[in-house]
Amino acid sequence: MTTLSSCVPAAVTSHCRLARFTSKLSVGTLFLFARKEMRDSLRNRWFILYTIAFSILALALAFLSLAGVGMDGFAGFGRTAASLINLVILIIPLMALTAGATSLAAERERGTLSYLLAQPISKLELLLGKYIGLAVALTASISLGFGLSAAIMAVRGGSADVNSFLWLVAISLVLALGMLSVGFLISSLTRKASVSLGVAIFTWLGLVFLGDLGLMGSALMMKLQVTELFHLSLLNPLQVFKMAALASISASLDVLGPAGIYATQTYGSALHALFAAVLIGWIILPLTLAFGVFSWRGAS
Amino acid sequence: MITIKALTKKYGSFHAVDNLSCSVGNGEAVALWGSNGAGKTTVLRCVLGLLRYSGIIEIAGLDIRASEKATREKVGYVPQELAFHDDLRLLETMHFFSRLRRAASTRVATVLDEVGLSPTVHGRKRIRELSGGMKQRMALALALLSDPPLLILDELTSNLDTKAQCGFMELLRRQKLRGRTLFFTSHRLDEIEAVADRVIVLGAGRRQFECTPYELARRLGLQCTLHVFLPPEQLDDAVGELARCGFDATRNGVSLSVQVAANEKAVPIRVLSEASIRVRDFDFTSSFEAGGRI
Repeated sequence: MTTLSSCVPAAVTSHCRLARFTSKLSVGTLFLFARKEMRDSLRNRWFILYTIAFSILALALAFLSLAGVGMDGFAGFGRTAASLINLVILIIPLMALTAGATSLAAERERGTLSYLLAQPISKLELLLGKYIGLAVALTASISLGFGLSAAIMAVRGGSADVNSFLWLVAISLVLALGMLSVGFLISSLTRKASVSLGVAIFTWLGLVFLGDLGLMGSALMMKLQVTELFHLSLLNPLQVFKMAALASISASLDVLGPAGIYATQTYGSALHALFAAVLIGWIILPLTLAFGVFSWRGAS
Repeated sequence: MITIKALTKKYGSFHAVDNLSCSVGNGEAVALWGSNGAGKTTVLRCVLGLLRYSGIIEIAGLDIRASEKATREKVGYVPQELAFHDDLRLLETMHFFSRLRRAASTRVATVLDEVGLSPTVHGRKRIRELSGGMKQRMALALALLSDPPLLILDELTSNLDTKAQCGFMELLRRQKLRGRTLFFTSHRLDEIEAVADRVIVLGAGRRQFECTPYELARRLGLQCTLHVFLPPEQLDDAVGELARCGFDATRNGVSLSVQVAANEKAVPIRVLSEASIRVRDFDFTSSFEAGGRI
């Protein structure tokens, strides 16, 4: 049985840990790194190219979706949201993974990381500051694409399923932050920006193509049950994003077949929360691992 | 200011630094001397907390692992490889680091002026447009931003031409006169003689011995040849006077060549002055004796 006396030292210890952790963080330093990272992103031509590509394609999809429903585009948001899913799955993870993967590795390769770490800052401030800066830049970039798409639909008269569209925007941002965390983990593990970029692209390929193929192959070869199939698919954040987006548009996952039906019947209304939790887990876990690796390795 | 106890840094089974203990007092200028691969830079990187190590390193009485931010606030660092964000302008870089080090923004102009850079002339230049000498000066300006009591410098003048080297050494001498503690690495004896009070000689990661710069020069077998320019009619008298005081002096056209130890370069000038022989000019060259070794 836990007594009060045993609780107090534990509480004090955890308070001390928290105090030590927060003492490593200065808001001013975080803001300084975040601002620099945002400015660097604006100068990064790959980042600009991805933003332009995503915006143009989102815009094009909005036009096409509305064209299919005539002048009074009812269900315009829902249709557009559905067509945007594949665009998001292709472009946003690539954008976020490559941005995160080059962040620390490029500084390490240039030698600027050593110099920064010789300043009165903590590694946590440097890592989080960079992460926040890139997260804001990504959010702005993605919001631009979705915003243009929404503006066109609003002008052309699309009206229904605004909620599903907003949900898509929200989970796209969460997916982007998750992929950014994975990019940071890759960056913390590699010495050279080119290697980091290569690993990021392979990771993207793995998640986009090999993940799907692997899941299908495993299901056939190992004769997986729907339960196992659904839970395996939760391991791939892109699959989770796809299921979360579909669940929002069609209110159930029946369109995905037996595994989808199982998920809808088992989790019901908690399905959205489950998907959101998994995607948020993809933000927290890789970023925590990245911090662990970065703390261990430092500038080397 | 710095206390190092039993510092060991290993890369696999290789000991880059092996059980090093030493200290640097307040206001002292201490050089780490050694050939390439002796472990000089590794020691500095450990002191800056950039590498994991075993042993104890304290700056101003604070353990650098326990108080990493507090100890780094006391240190200004000038790296060997001058790696900055090349696309930023000099003033942008200065302001970025002044905020990072919580220094007043007015310090930027002050430190730039101190190192001979102008905010108006050089401030708009991008880092990639600066010469090696300017970058080195900027690195010193950055190190001085928060007015730290300790400067750590890795290979003082490795990127500089002869003229820039002299200018940079003068800047460092000024910092020393202002009471700043200097801890630096070098493998150049002239730099060490110009700035250091004490030298810690490293070899294969171990401390070999500590000595003064003059003692190091002597151990290395450094000999100077002093070239003294005199009125032609006083050359013979000068040779005799120097020989009487034990110097090996020979006539060399319109000058005398005098062999002196590295720490006795001024003595022949004094001997000649005391004998009322007018010294017009002098110069010296340094060389190592065959077999000179540590």
